[in-house]
Amino acid sequence: MPSVADGKTGSGVSPTLALLAGWLVPGAGHLLVGKRVRAGLLLVSIGCMFAIGIALKGKIYMPNTGEPLDMLGFAGDLGSGLLYGLARLMGWGQAPVLVAVADYGTKFIVVAGLLNVVAAVDAHSLANGRKRS
Amino acid sequence: MTISHFSAVLLFSLFTSIVFGITQRAEPKKMVSFGALCFALFVGGTIAASWAMWLIKH
Repeated sequence: MPSVADGKTGSGVSPTLALLAGWLVPGAGHLLVGKRVRAGLLLVSIGCMFAIGIALKGKIYMPNTGEPLDMLGFAGDLGSGLLYGLARLMGWGQAPVLVAVADYGTKFIVVAGLLNVVAAVDAHSLANGRKRS
Repeated sequence: MTISHFSAVLLFSLFTSIVFGITQRAEPKKMVSFGALCFALFVGGTIAASWAMWLIKH
């Protein structure tokens, strides 16, 4: 059986590539290892969560603000990969958070990023054979 | 866009449970049951915490 120890992969796809693809685009890592349904569900779930966060006027964190909590928020946001880049490019999430629902939006965006990291690591595990199927 | 607090809970729980189900279990059947369990715990836990806060206030 292929395993991490013998250097072979479970799906023939480079685990690093699956990890990077999964981080950049939600579900792309699973698509690479041949799990199309899971890839679609991940794309819809994480993408919708991020989009709802933006629609609720949630905040997009910036690097180097000097505030420790902002740095943690930035790390969470960065987990969304290209979605975070797109939000920065389009200038989304820059308005000050004034209502509770907008604060929910901020949390939606951060959690979407963290869930995307979990999904990318799962794709890595599928690619290297650590996870069976 | 504006949604109610409970709608936010439902949406958050739904999407998070889907990702948890897919990533934390290996077989499709177990993914569905684990996702459903996560959803129930998220929503149930939020309702329980809400009532607990109401009781503390009153």
